[in-house]
Amino acid sequence: MPRSAVGPHAATAAHPAFESWGRYPKYDARIVPLKWQSDFPGVMAGLRGGALPVGLGRSYGDVCLLKGGNLLQTTGMDRLLDFDPETGILTAEAGVSLAKILDFAVPRGFFLPVTPGTKYVTLGGAIANDIHGKNHEAAGSFGNHVPSFELVRSDGSRRLCSPTENSEWYAATIGGMGLTGLITWAQLKLRRIVSRRIDYEGIQFHGIDEFLDLKQRYQHVEYTVSWVDCASTGRNFARGIFMLGEHSKEPGELKPSPEPKLVLPFDLPGFALNHTTVSLFNTVFFHKQRKPHVKTVQDYEPFFYPLDAILHWNRMYGRRGLVQFQYAIPWQQAKEGTIAILREIANSGLASFLAVLKAFGEIPSLGMMSFPQAGIMLALDFPIKPDLTFPLLQRLGNMTLEFGGRLYPAKDAAMTPTQFKVFYPQWQRFMHYRDPMLNSSFWQRVTGGQSTL
Amino acid sequence: MSTVVTRPLDAALAASTDAVIAKKILVLGATSGIAEATCRIWAAQGAQLFLVARNAEKLAAVAAGLKMRGASYVGTAVADLDDTEKHTELLTHAVNSLTGMDIAYLAHGILGDQARGEREFQHAAQIIYTNFLAPVSLLTWLANFCVQRRAGTIAVLSSVAGERGRKSNYIYASSKAGLTAFLSGLRNRVDREGVTVMTIKPGPVDTAMTAHMTIPKADVNKVAASIVKAIDKRVDTLYVPAIFLPIMFIVRHIPERIFKKLNL
Repeated sequence: MPRSAVGPHAATAAHPAFESWGRYPKYDARIVPLKWQSDFPGVMAGLRGGALPVGLGRSYGDVCLLKGGNLLQTTGMDRLLDFDPETGILTAEAGVSLAKILDFAVPRGFFLPVTPGTKYVTLGGAIANDIHGKNHEAAGSFGNHVPSFELVRSDGSRRLCSPTENSEWYAATIGGMGLTGLITWAQLKLRRIVSRRIDYEGIQFHGIDEFLDLKQRYQHVEYTVSWVDCASTGRNFARGIFMLGEHSKEPGELKPSPEPKLVLPFDLPGFALNHTTVSLFNTVFFHKQRKPHVKTVQDYEPFFYPLDAILHWNRMYGRRGLVQFQYAIPWQQAKEGTIAILREIANSGLASFLAVLKAFGEIPSLGMMSFPQAGIMLALDFPIKPDLTFPLLQRLGNMTLEFGGRLYPAKDAAMTPTQFKVFYPQWQRFMHYRDPMLNSSFWQRVTGGQSTL
Repeated sequence: MSTVVTRPLDAALAASTDAVIAKKILVLGATSGIAEATCRIWAAQGAQLFLVARNAEKLAAVAAGLKMRGASYVGTAVADLDDTEKHTELLTHAVNSLTGMDIAYLAHGILGDQARGEREFQHAAQIIYTNFLAPVSLLTWLANFCVQRRAGTIAVLSSVAGERGRKSNYIYASSKAGLTAFLSGLRNRVDREGVTVMTIKPGPVDTAMTAHMTIPKADVNKVAASIVKAIDKRVDTLYVPAIFLPIMFIVRHIPERIFKKLNL
């Protein structure tokens, strides 16, 4: 596409104006900044190629991209509108980041009800991907804490959506990947805290059986997540650290967080991450915790957002970027499936160091297309080696399918239309709620081309 | 020795009075990108704000956001500032609502369409009316109000564009040039009455007004922080970002016989 045809914000495909967090795939698109709740759909006048609301670009694959289209960037709609300290219900425009919400909430003794591993996502993005956190067993996913929001469609209609009002639109929009319309504002029910601190415990485990034992033993703890070594085979197969946390009950300081100082300023060369460096990292990480069981108190920042301390850490993977793989397999085959998939990953020699293992709880998500389901969830990064990574992802996707699980659109760049339609058989029902003017490269890919109402 | 002891005490006292007495600020054109960013800083300081803008829905969103950021009072009025007949009523209502006024911040303006203005006098006149004549009406009332009370700061967004007309935007530039000249004369008149008049000359800033421009643009929050600081220091003229002070010095001094050949 010639530069002039796509306007001043256009960039070449090698240097797109907007990238997803995985920086793969890279697509050219025009960025249309939204500043006011009333901007959409008026801003669409004269624009061609469809549109997709986007936030801070923290989803990994192509769920936040639209090749040759218009990305409605909501980050200018970042106003907090109302807060009721009695109920903890915050009302805010959809482009506000969870970081800004924390800056507001923490000094008042409140915290996010559910938080992902980065606070640099928007409220609208958190709803559109129905994100989950370390407290899934206790709290469900993000949408479970969103009492209402406004949805604006490209025909100009505005709907107040809640579990009781326009409930079908509410369900379609939670986890709806931005395809049902633009969320202009939303409510979020915050939870109380008395301190920034987290009572933390870290426990080493070897193998999935030990992981499941720990999960059983600590199921009363609010936050649980495990780092797992996906590179080691043999004696060290599926070793990991089971991490637990609870908001400290002892009143403490409630200051806002300082701005992060470290920025990874440039791309590391593609060869910086290889099997040797990754294995070394994993060994160091495992043994950094010297005792099999540690207890400590830490600030919530390193507990929830260890990687936010370094802005643009994704540059570590070089210009080629990374792909994520994340599944949720129901309990019935969760253990068997996880062992088989971990073995496949370890044998491939492609695993990276950022691998997370967690149990999802029983609280059902409210979204029609939500990813979480009770069982085991595994998420990890792969550096992109085209000849090796994508065939592996195909195998892993098919294994997930065989074990009755599903993959997470917000983390995906590789699932096939066939896989998608098995993972999300409700996709055809969801299509009725898609806005005819909105689309994403993910949606085009998994539904096999342009789909219309 | 005594100075060593008293200075920190003075500073502490000054800081505490600052904190207790919230600034009373009237903002005209409160939904402009620079105005909202500036107000966010004042709101976090606990200021009392009275906001005027044309679009009710946008004004309500800005007002709610500022309240949430800590403003101790937020009053609003929806008004088209081109309607100079209503200025007296509007400004009287604003200062009554604030029960006084420490700072008046004029931030409304339009970029207009240069090409259209070259074809249609009506459009050129509109740009000059909104950016120059309407502010003259507001400034006349505000200056007299401040002079009467022998206090107050009037901070006005002009533009570096007003320093020299260029073919790409000389209608906008001339409206800002007129405004800048008016402000320097007004400053000359009211300075001896204890009133501060501040001319703010931003370079291109990344806001909705400049969204279509491909040139490098300053971050609006940094610009806003500079403005708040300069108002506190009662600066007469602020170039922001500061690099525009030397840049505009050079631009002003390019000989006209060369300047007229440039594509600017």
